[in-house]
Amino acid sequence: MSVILDHLDVFAGGFWLTLQLCFLAAIGALLIGTVIAVMRISPVPPLRALGTAYVTVFRNVPLTIVFFFSAFALPALGSNADFLRIPGLDQIFNRLGIDLPYFRFAIIALSLYTGAFICEALRAGINAVPTGQAEAARAIGLTFGQNLRFVILPQAWKAAIVPLGSVIIAMIKNSALAGFFGVVGDLSNSGYSLITVQGEPAIPVMIGISIGFLIMTVPLGVLLDRVEKQRAVAR
Amino acid sequence: MSQVSTLYDAPGPRARRITLITSALVGVLTLVGVYYFVYRPLDTRGEFSMEKWGPLIDPTDENFTALWGRLWDGFQATLIAAALAVLGSLVLGTLLGIARIELKAMSKRRYVGLPTPLAVLLRGLTIGLDVISRIFVEVFRGLPVVITIVFVWLGLPSLGVELGKLLWYLVVGLVLYNTVVIAEILRSGMEGLPVGQREAAQAVGLSTGQTTRLILLPQAFRIMLPALISQLVVVLKDTSLGFIIGYEEVLRITSQIVQILDNQIQMYVVVGAIYILLNYGLSKLAGYAQRRMARGPKTRTLPTDATPNAALTEITTTA
Repeated sequence: MSVILDHLDVFAGGFWLTLQLCFLAAIGALLIGTVIAVMRISPVPPLRALGTAYVTVFRNVPLTIVFFFSAFALPALGSNADFLRIPGLDQIFNRLGIDLPYFRFAIIALSLYTGAFICEALRAGINAVPTGQAEAARAIGLTFGQNLRFVILPQAWKAAIVPLGSVIIAMIKNSALAGFFGVVGDLSNSGYSLITVQGEPAIPVMIGISIGFLIMTVPLGVLLDRVEKQRAVAR
Repeated sequence: MSQVSTLYDAPGPRARRITLITSALVGVLTLVGVYYFVYRPLDTRGEFSMEKWGPLIDPTDENFTALWGRLWDGFQATLIAAALAVLGSLVLGTLLGIARIELKAMSKRRYVGLPTPLAVLLRGLTIGLDVISRIFVEVFRGLPVVITIVFVWLGLPSLGVELGKLLWYLVVGLVLYNTVVIAEILRSGMEGLPVGQREAAQAVGLSTGQTTRLILLPQAFRIMLPALISQLVVVLKDTSLGFIIGYEEVLRITSQIVQILDNQIQMYVVVGAIYILLNYGLSKLAGYAQRRMARGPKTRTLPTDATPNAALTEITTTA
C-alpha cells in the first residue's frame, strides 16, 4: 500500500490526464455518434449507406487497430491532427512544453470508435419513441429536420440515456489503451512505467491503477442503475 | 426500419432528383478531396507500390507464402485464445449468475426452525457471500480489460503463480472480465422473466435450485442469446489486447512482419478487414438468432392452437 501513497502524485496526475482524455473523447464521440445516427435514419439513401458502413467498420474492428491507424497512418498522411489544437485545449496537449500529438491521436481513435456505439444507442432510443409521435409531427407539416429536432431527438435522448451511459463507461475503460499507444502520463502508462522502469512491485501499482479507473466507472454505473430503476417504476 | 421511415414522407420524383444530383456532386468532391489529402500523400510515400503490397496480394512474391503462413498462425492463436476465453467465461459466468440469484434469494431466508446461532451464522454467511460476489462483479466490470490482463500477467507471477505460456495469462484476464459480464447478462435475463415463472415452479414443488436450473436459466439463455453472441464479438476483439503482453496473436505477428517488410499501413488494412469480416459474420449470426427467437416454436403454433377469439386479438395487436 505504501507504494500507492509514495507515488500518489503520479497516480493523481495519471487520473487527471485520463479524465481529460475521456471527457474530450466523450464529447467527440457524442458529436460523431449523433451525426452518424441522423445519417442512418435520414431520407437520403447514400447517407444511410455511409452511416451503416461506418458503424459496421468501427463496431467490428478491434480498438487496437483503430489506435494503430490514428497513431501511424495519420502521421503518414502528413497530419499531426492539428485541427484539434483549439486554443483552450492546447495547454493540455502541450505537456512539459513539448507538443505531443499522441494525446490528440488517442482522442481521435476513441471518438471514432465510440461514435459507432453511440450511434447504435441513439438509434435504439429513436426506435423506442412511439411511432405516433413521428407521424403526428409529419402530419402537422414538420420537415425531417424539425421532426428530429423538436419531436424525436428530445424523447430519444431520454430512452437512450442508459445505453449511452454504458457506452461511455466502456469508453472510459477503453481509454486505458491510450497509455500503450504513445500517450505519456495517463493512468495506465504512468502505472506501467512505475512497474517496468522504476521496478516497483506490480500488485500494489496495479491496485492503484484499478482504483483510479473504478473511481470513474463504478459511480457512473451505480447512477445508471438508479436511473434505470426509476424508469422501470415510471413505466 | 418501418419505424424509421415514418420520420419522413416517401421522397417524390423531385426529391429523388435533388438527392441524386447532390450526392453525385458530393461524391465527386469527396473523391477529389480523398485524392489530394489521402491518395497523394500516401502515393508520394510510395504506399501504393508493389514493393509494399506485393507480399500481401501477389502469390509470386517471395514473401507471400511466408507472410500468409505467419498470419494464419496468428489468427489460429487469436481464435484459440478467444475460444478458450469464451468457454471459460460461459461456464464460470453461468455459475456466477446462478450464485448471484441464489444468494439474493437466500439472504432473505430466516432459517426458521434451526437453532439461533446456526441460523444467524447461515444468514451472515449468505449475506457475506452476496456482498462479496457483488463487489467482485462491480470491480471486474469496472476495470478495463487491458488492465485486468496486464494485472494477471504481471501480478500472478509475483504471487508465485506461474501459468507458463502467455496464452494462459491472456485467457485468465479475458475470462475474469467476461465471466462477470456474462453473469450479469444471465442474471438480468433471469430477473426479467415474469414472476409467474418462478411462482409456478415453486407451486409444483421445485426447490429454489431446481427452479433456477430448470425453469429460469434455460429461458434466460434463450432471451439473452443475442446479447451473449455480441459478447463473443467483444471477446474476439479483446484477444487483440494479447498484443500488449506479447502473446503471439495476429496483431503481434503483424507488427513483427511490419518490422521486416516496413509496410504497416498495408498490413493493418488487411488485418483490420479480416477482423471486420469475422466479427461481422458473428453479428449477423446474432441477428439471425434474434429472429429465430422472435418466431420460436410457441409463436409459430399460436394461430392454429388459439381459439378464434385469441387469434383475432392477436391480429388487432400486431396490426
